[in-house]
Amino acid sequence: MARLPRWISQHLAALRALLVLTAVTGILYPLAVLAAAQLPGLNDRADGSLVYAEDGAVVGSSLLGQSFTDDEGEALLAYFQSRPSMAAGEAGDYDPLVSGASNLGPENVVDVLPDPGLGWDGDENAAKSLLTQVCERSFAVGEREGVDGSRPYCADSGESAVGAVLGVFYSEGTTGEVVRAVSLNEACGAVEAPFIAEYEGVQVECAEYGEDYAKALITPVEGGSGEPAVPADAVTASGSGLDPHISPEYADLQVERIAAERGADAGAIESLVEEHTTGRFLGFMGEPAVNVVELNLALDEAYPLA
Amino acid sequence: MSETTAGVVFIAAMIAALAASYKPLGDYMYRVVTREHHRKVERGVYRLIGARPGTEQNWVGYARSVLAFSAVSIAVLYLFQRVQGSLPFGNGFAGVEPGLAWNTAVSFTTNTNWQAYSGEATMGVFVQAAGLAVQNFVSAAVGIAVAVVLVRGFARKATDKLGNFWVDLTRITLWVLLPISFVAAIVLVAGGAIQNLTDFTSATTSTGDTQTITGGLVAGQEAIKNLGTNGGGYYNANAAHPFENPTTWTNFVIIYLLLVIPFSLPRTFGRLVGQNRQGYAIAAVMGIIALVSVSLVVGFESFANGTVPQAVTAAMEGKEVRFGVPDSGLFAAATTLTSTGSVNSFHDSYTSFGGGVLILNMMLGEVAPGGVGAGLYGMLVLATITVFIAGLMVGRTPEYLGKKIGAREIKLASLYFLVTPALLLSGVAASLALPVNLDSMQDPGPHGFSEMLYAFASASNNNGSAFGGFGANTPWFNTALGLCMLFGRFLPIILVLALAGSLAKQKPVPATAGTFPTHKPLFVGMVVGVTVILVALTFLPVLALGPLADGLQ
Repeated sequence: MARLPRWISQHLAALRALLVLTAVTGILYPLAVLAAAQLPGLNDRADGSLVYAEDGAVVGSSLLGQSFTDDEGEALLAYFQSRPSMAAGEAGDYDPLVSGASNLGPENVVDVLPDPGLGWDGDENAAKSLLTQVCERSFAVGEREGVDGSRPYCADSGESAVGAVLGVFYSEGTTGEVVRAVSLNEACGAVEAPFIAEYEGVQVECAEYGEDYAKALITPVEGGSGEPAVPADAVTASGSGLDPHISPEYADLQVERIAAERGADAGAIESLVEEHTTGRFLGFMGEPAVNVVELNLALDEAYPLA
Repeated sequence: MSETTAGVVFIAAMIAALAASYKPLGDYMYRVVTREHHRKVERGVYRLIGARPGTEQNWVGYARSVLAFSAVSIAVLYLFQRVQGSLPFGNGFAGVEPGLAWNTAVSFTTNTNWQAYSGEATMGVFVQAAGLAVQNFVSAAVGIAVAVVLVRGFARKATDKLGNFWVDLTRITLWVLLPISFVAAIVLVAGGAIQNLTDFTSATTSTGDTQTITGGLVAGQEAIKNLGTNGGGYYNANAAHPFENPTTWTNFVIIYLLLVIPFSLPRTFGRLVGQNRQGYAIAAVMGIIALVSVSLVVGFESFANGTVPQAVTAAMEGKEVRFGVPDSGLFAAATTLTSTGSVNSFHDSYTSFGGGVLILNMMLGEVAPGGVGAGLYGMLVLATITVFIAGLMVGRTPEYLGKKIGAREIKLASLYFLVTPALLLSGVAASLALPVNLDSMQDPGPHGFSEMLYAFASASNNNGSAFGGFGANTPWFNTALGLCMLFGRFLPIILVLALAGSLAKQKPVPATAGTFPTHKPLFVGMVVGVTVILVALTFLPVLALGPLADGLQ
């Protein structure tokens, strides 16, 4: 065979190297791991830690969270509720086909208000800020569990809670006297009156759809509320959207409702929660967590719904 | 135990685990790359490749092989994605469209693993295992090989021979990456990471809903994606996904995996130059910067500054309950200090300053400890610049490890340092000049700018993580970020190999009383100082526009 030019022979060698290494690392390696994973004790986990009903049907995976809501997305009160999920697919939240997070930033506090004619559901351009989502969830959980849902930077003067955020106009742009203040997340019509009447001596207006408030300084208002009764994990979405856990605090908050719905003793439900709580591994890794999927299955078994 | 105390113990345990691996793993890698005898299986591989293991290459030959291998890798990975629809184990996914396929091929070949797609909705088992995971192995091996060549440049005398790329590539893959990955994969399966060939399992939940449970060869890929500081997730949620990182202790294992090779390579370096104390000095520089950065990220996240974190009372948005805030913060710092880019929590929702430190970590050039190989050669370049600056102070020709740092060496080192800032800053500037690109920013205000800044910092430094709200799957960003990844990987590699060539040619000069010792605390402090000052001068203005403005509102 005649000698090939150097640059071609180089690339041929490279191609051969890649093919050999593909066979080793791309085919043999995963298959070797697959084979080793068939060992008893490992195979259930390698298959996804599936949980089966008595008739052998798969009811889920103990590692993947599920939503315990009805078709409208309303919480089913007889079940412990999971965290908010951003993995919303065709089958609802907690869809493993679309794992993911909100990715909204820490200063994402101003809603894009909907066209009043279309409403939140009808207007594609409308978007709730992360702050408003947190406030909404907090008040919804508070109402469901019979505790105060208020938190810092949240206003609940309208139908649903929103982030308490003012757009403040100053006489000199960013300095000087306050000349105008708008409650940016409270649309005129949606609220009777903004969450505070006055800011620095200026009357606070509601937000008018379509008006440009870009020149205003965004000013979140903390408000006076102590330690919130609704825990942090209940008002935030996880990174995966599939978090199977809630904090022990959030589980405790739900115990009384579950006991009432199931006609069970609160103490018994509490010990069921404890059974499904994992502490920190070795005492220092991670955080204590309650597996909602397993807990609800155990709940159905111990206190079946009529 | 409070959450913070537990987090501190977690970090301390991680440091102990890494310290315990430093000598054994570093020595083991030294033996792998210096062994004279070629094993039978190696000889078999060389025969299949057509390589002559006995002939060593000069720096140009070595660079040519690296580039040829990488070019072929990009082409084959591109092809696999395009024809995925007609391949077995495609899981019913169609071929990937050209712009995204190019971006992904470049991304995985350059050890970046930037993902403008969602794994569970785009890539079948075949492309994941035989395409993407293969690059997780070989791109990591290329990085280590290049670092070893630079060290050979320091260690060898008056020669142009720097080793054989095919030998280095084969040995590092077979004897370093494969065995550790295999063991780690089994450990991850024991924790609950999946490894199966099931397409989908349909579950009917207790409330009557349907949940489609995914399958895949996840555990094997999870092991190498972290060990090789690649970072590309099998799933969109990456290591936040319970099938990738199921428990609090697999979280520990994964963070350990992504740090262990970069932190052990200084030992290999010390052995190769015949002075273990030089290795300790480099490891100390990496350790100091890493510890400060980890403390800052974990601290900022625990303080939960910012409007939404204060409303929540914890920076829990985008974080999993089982990991909690401190362990998530350590993961985020580790993944950006190395070139890994896998995530167990979503950086876009981090506090402004916490997220800002993550961007800064990447801007440091990922040298503390950096990507596998890339971290060591980056740090050795900074050490070279440091001895040059120290030499200027006392008016002597600087030398490092017996090699003179002359005009050619310092030019190469300076060019190396300038590559990523040039790519990063011009990439951001050019993107901002086109108004349509502003639509890619999810968040308004400075945070939206941080998202774009993060994207270019990540691509130029071959990290691969993202402020995930950023809409990067557009023709402009697929192309621009792809170019940043390509140049951000291979220009530095060429410069490092050239530097190795010019160092190897020199005869060593004997150390005298006037030689600046490069194993003492003074030198360690100076390298830390030079690194921080160079990076701060370069990037402070752009950080002020993004995370600093965001956090100081």
